[in-house]
Amino acid sequence: MTINRKDATAGALFIVLGIGFGLYTWSTLDIGTNLRMGPGYFPLVLAGALFLLGVTILFHAFSIEDEGWGHLPWRGMFFILLGPLAFGLTLDGLGLVPALALITFITSFASMRVGPVLAIALTVGLTIFCVAVFSWGLGVPIRLFGPWMNVVGLGN
Amino acid sequence: MDLLHNLGIGLSTAFQPVNLLYCFIGTLVGTLIGVLPGLGPTATIAMLLPITYTLSPVTSLIMLAGIYYGAQYGGSTTAILVNLPGESSSAVTTIDGYQMARQGRAGPALATAAIGSFFAGTVATFLIAAAAPPLTAIALKFGSPEYFSLMVLALITSVALAHGSILKALAMIVLGLLLGLVGTDIYTGTPRMTMGFLELADGINFVAVAVGVFGIAEIIRNLENEKEREVGVTQVTSLMPTRQDFKDMAAPIVRGTLLGSALGILPGGGAVLASFAAYTVEKKLSKTPERFGKGAIEGVAGPEAANNAAAQTSFIPMLTLGIPANPVMALMIGAFIIQGIVPGPNVATERPELFWGIIASMWLGNLMLVVLNLPLVGLWVRVLRVPYYMMFPAIMAFSAIGVYSINSNIFDMYSVTVFGLIGYLFYKLGCEPAPLLLGFVLGPMLEEHLRRAMIISRGDPMIFVNRPISLTLLILAVAALVVVFLPSVAKTREKVFVEDD
Repeated sequence: MTINRKDATAGALFIVLGIGFGLYTWSTLDIGTNLRMGPGYFPLVLAGALFLLGVTILFHAFSIEDEGWGHLPWRGMFFILLGPLAFGLTLDGLGLVPALALITFITSFASMRVGPVLAIALTVGLTIFCVAVFSWGLGVPIRLFGPWMNVVGLGN
Repeated sequence: MDLLHNLGIGLSTAFQPVNLLYCFIGTLVGTLIGVLPGLGPTATIAMLLPITYTLSPVTSLIMLAGIYYGAQYGGSTTAILVNLPGESSSAVTTIDGYQMARQGRAGPALATAAIGSFFAGTVATFLIAAAAPPLTAIALKFGSPEYFSLMVLALITSVALAHGSILKALAMIVLGLLLGLVGTDIYTGTPRMTMGFLELADGINFVAVAVGVFGIAEIIRNLENEKEREVGVTQVTSLMPTRQDFKDMAAPIVRGTLLGSALGILPGGGAVLASFAAYTVEKKLSKTPERFGKGAIEGVAGPEAANNAAAQTSFIPMLTLGIPANPVMALMIGAFIIQGIVPGPNVATERPELFWGIIASMWLGNLMLVVLNLPLVGLWVRVLRVPYYMMFPAIMAFSAIGVYSINSNIFDMYSVTVFGLIGYLFYKLGCEPAPLLLGFVLGPMLEEHLRRAMIISRGDPMIFVNRPISLTLLILAVAALVVVFLPSVAKTREKVFVEDD
């Protein structure tokens, strides 16, 4: 028996999402009637459709050859996703300059080819470039140094 | 002549110095991201969208449009010189373009691509100008039932014309529609599916979704196998095509332009499908199909004309109906909304300078692109040497600033991370992100028109089939769905994209 793992997983995921959205809508929102549709009417219909599509995809997966998963770039995923999180967590406190430096420094390591020296060079170059273009050039209103930087006399 | 009068308004807007400047910046950025593989117009426009807030509406839209059609020009340079599609829409150009370059004919190949694109761009500009007013007039008669049916049709055709599994694309649309509904219900003010997050009261940030599934997921995808780019052909001598070349390229360019213009208007069509279809057509019509794959100039001329024509005509449904044909147009709608303009048939009548200014700027932009791409090709060759590991930290930094500055809300940074992960996981499961984004944009509109139509009809769903325009649109949608599931069509559908990968 062949089963396409990609499609089977996708189907299962859509089923779970369909049930999840459906139950959540059902339990929290007013469904209403055809004439006066409540806030839950359309989401519930969509959740049902998603569930049915998921079932069809899952069944269909049993008739297609497996293609395998391919390689998963764990290192790349980790650093690329950590970058925006770090940017979000530090922007209000530290300000734009340190947050930018953090996101470029962290995401640089997503590549196998980047070592600490190159990462620092990229960080310095890109931070200066971004501040020049976005803050000074386009006037994007984000403060360069935040309150946490008062400690070193840079905050405002 | 109304058309000339309208184009006159447009040209006087487009020729204002600030608009000329941003048209140039747009086409320059477009060429740059077109040349660079691994960064597409969707992610770029999403990143830069918030920054256009400081510009006037017409200026920002002229710039964003320039990025999209500029990328079609830039993509061909990489395709011809490096044998890599700089843009997915120039994937077929690699087949014959790179072979021409290897035979020492890189110059004529680049010139063919530019001439084809310019011709297509000019025709498409006039086509938009001619098609927009009648379509707008029809659209003004549309009520909620018609809009609902039209959106259903748009969503179905976008699935039919995309490549990959139809079922999975449909599921992605439905998921997109659901995610689009997160936020406050417009009729009752009830928070919906927000899981208690106050930050989600206005819905999930559209830019965060677009940057996540198109920008960040794409970077992770590229990191799957890091390869050095090898610039195969570095010396480009003599751009001038021969007399015979001109003869050979003329008909394919015209055919490519027509085919591309038609496919561009269809939802889900756009530049990628147009270029593949044009290549197939040229190969079929050729008396010597065996030359294809070995440096046939027709294989460059047709697809390059087609992708540029399609990139431009895909503006038609967005400008006249307010309905996006592809993710880039969905972002354009976002740009209108940021500027406080509701895209739709009223734009042409209420803001003629905006409407016609965008159209006229497209022609100017095409002119700039010829100059940017032909004499300056040496510069782009050098840009190609920038390694990917220097590019993606820059993309991440730009995305972060872009996503944050749209609402100055930290929460959006977490959304972008989540959608980056979701986008990559779905890619791994063979699900395309484009239908998700289209569904996301259309979700709230679809629901609003559905609910309004049901109120108009006092709860009778027959309203959708009792009104002739609405009925026609729904019949077309059902027909499209039936046709793509026919076994013979399913096979041809796979064949059109066979040159991919």
